[in-house]
Amino acid sequence: MSSDLAISVRGVGKTFQVATTQHRPTTLGELLMQKLKNPFGSSQPTHQFEALEDVSFEVKRGEVLGIVGRNGAGKSTLLKILSRITPPTRGEIDIYGRVGALLEVGTGFHPELTGRENIFLNGTILGMRKTEIQKRFDEIVAFSEVEEFLDTPVKRYSSGMYVRLAFAVAAHLEPEILIVDEVLAVGDASFQKKCLGKMGDASRNEGRTVLFVSHNMAAMRALCSRAILMDAGRMMIDGDVSAVTKSYLKNEKSAPAMFTWEDQEAPSHGGFAFRRVSILNGLGESSATVSHDESFTVCIEYEMDSAAAGIRVGFLIQNSEGIDICGSNDVHASGSQSRGANRYVSRCRFPGYLLNEGRYQLQFGADALHGKIYIRTPFCLSFSVEDTERHSDSRHLLPGVLRPLLEWGIEPRN
Amino acid sequence: MRIRPPRRWEAVDLRVIWHYRDLLVAFAVRDIKLRYRQTLLGVIWVLIQPLMAAGIFSFVFGRIAKLDSGNIPYFPFAYTGLLAWNLFSSTVLKSAGSLVGNASLVSKVFFPRLLLPFSGAVSTLVDFAIAAAAGCVLLLAYQVTPGFSIVLAPFWLLFLVLFALGIGMFCAALAVRFRDVNHILPVLLQLMLYGSPVAYTLAIIPPGLPMLLYKLNPMATLLHGFRVAIFGEGYVGFPSTIYAITASLLMFVIGMIFFRRMERQFADVI
Repeated sequence: MSSDLAISVRGVGKTFQVATTQHRPTTLGELLMQKLKNPFGSSQPTHQFEALEDVSFEVKRGEVLGIVGRNGAGKSTLLKILSRITPPTRGEIDIYGRVGALLEVGTGFHPELTGRENIFLNGTILGMRKTEIQKRFDEIVAFSEVEEFLDTPVKRYSSGMYVRLAFAVAAHLEPEILIVDEVLAVGDASFQKKCLGKMGDASRNEGRTVLFVSHNMAAMRALCSRAILMDAGRMMIDGDVSAVTKSYLKNEKSAPAMFTWEDQEAPSHGGFAFRRVSILNGLGESSATVSHDESFTVCIEYEMDSAAAGIRVGFLIQNSEGIDICGSNDVHASGSQSRGANRYVSRCRFPGYLLNEGRYQLQFGADALHGKIYIRTPFCLSFSVEDTERHSDSRHLLPGVLRPLLEWGIEPRN
Repeated sequence: MRIRPPRRWEAVDLRVIWHYRDLLVAFAVRDIKLRYRQTLLGVIWVLIQPLMAAGIFSFVFGRIAKLDSGNIPYFPFAYTGLLAWNLFSSTVLKSAGSLVGNASLVSKVFFPRLLLPFSGAVSTLVDFAIAAAAGCVLLLAYQVTPGFSIVLAPFWLLFLVLFALGIGMFCAALAVRFRDVNHILPVLLQLMLYGSPVAYTLAIIPPGLPMLLYKLNPMATLLHGFRVAIFGEGYVGFPSTIYAITASLLMFVIGMIFFRRMERQFADVI
């Protein structure tokens, strides 16, 4: 029975003690004071926080299991337990095979060491033998695309090079069971694709078992056949990946996607201050995820202390590869009339069937004639476009930035 | 492999540590490389530091305070004392800081946590070896020929390192929760330096009760023994030797047990 089983998790739970009323002593002095005040009590009142509760599942050899859930749902705790970084409080886990865990890209990389030295150090930290690394060294270097800088300390690397090198080492780990946490969130999209490909190969061709946490539903669907949805430390659904991702996105929709600036922090200039920015879905609800076929609206709320002539408020939208999709401002709506002191909302509606699936981020700006106002905010809002209806037979992302609904016709030609 | 909630007492699985020996070496190599990277003089610092310290000791304690160094010239006397002392104090400091210093690793990767304090000791031993080689040259220069007793020197050093590791492991585990350790440890070491026969010989301690109290510090006998082994002068009492060995071993075991008991919390608390 166990011959085709890779992981068996039975009733696993993890409890953290969290100090409630009193603050937990973190210096010896505080501990002594507490002990003196209350020498017999069980040090401090704590309440228990259940990070994981009664989690059970099995993973077969060669299976790719996705784990999805909101932040704080217990995904990372589960992975940490599976990779033996922290022990469970309850339950039992059987693991059949060598585990390689990748909870962070570049763990153990040291900025002062060169790329070459870091390959060896990082590889060893991830559990490779020195001889294994030597054997695969050239492959790792080729995958990372940083050959020329091998003998440069990695502190001089660009962040992209750093991530590529780190992932290259990790991708050449050869465990029977690979545990990966949201590491693909970093790095440029083309490299992400390469990594996803590498992970896909691992499970398809080499029969490797993969456990994979991500917020990227497209990647999830591309890689996994089965997924687990977690919420508040519990397993909600264990099933087909499209059912799980759909359910996740449905819940996720209710989460507000807006960014509000505190008074002092609001980007302001010349009597103009940004207040709040948000994305509304087709139903007019604030949402971090919109379906590719629905329209959505970018809302910008701002306040003006005094009138400004020729004011323009707008945004720039960029995809996860850093490509500018478009920029737009409300100049056409306002003409060239000036706006008086007041609080305003400028809205810009995008039609459905415009953007391809993926993650997008926005930055905002405002200016007025003669430079009276000139502000640009950092990228502070992001949202995803998802195809929630996508069927399992067309799991692959369509290429390109746009995903328009185009008219095709087929007719016989004589 | 089975993962289950930890029991109260768990044996140290030395096979796991052996399995991870590459990592032990990798940590030590990283330590050594980092210490001398972007320095002009590089590894020469290993020599300059104890030489300068011995010079200062000779001037302050030998010349001005006229502390007794027996029949040995003060400079090599101080150098050998500092050699062993530095091995001790660096091992303590390195292993004590090893967990907090590698917090990101501890919370993101699995490996036997004991490797971290151990690798601190390994990297210190490399420094020690270089400084010891220079010590040999120094002895030749002063025309001190070590006797046959020098073969006993590693014996004293072994227990000195075990003692240091014991303290180091204990403090490392404690520092995960209480960073105070990092502040108090250098002060305590400073105190211990003056409470150990580094700058002077055991001869200046009054016999009887003061000597007994003095020797409660295992470093008293370990350092004294090391020097006796090097210079072949004086002797080490049998009871003191037994006590020093027992105390160091005990400290090592206590340190390791405490470390193991706290180990399971490291990733959550650090």
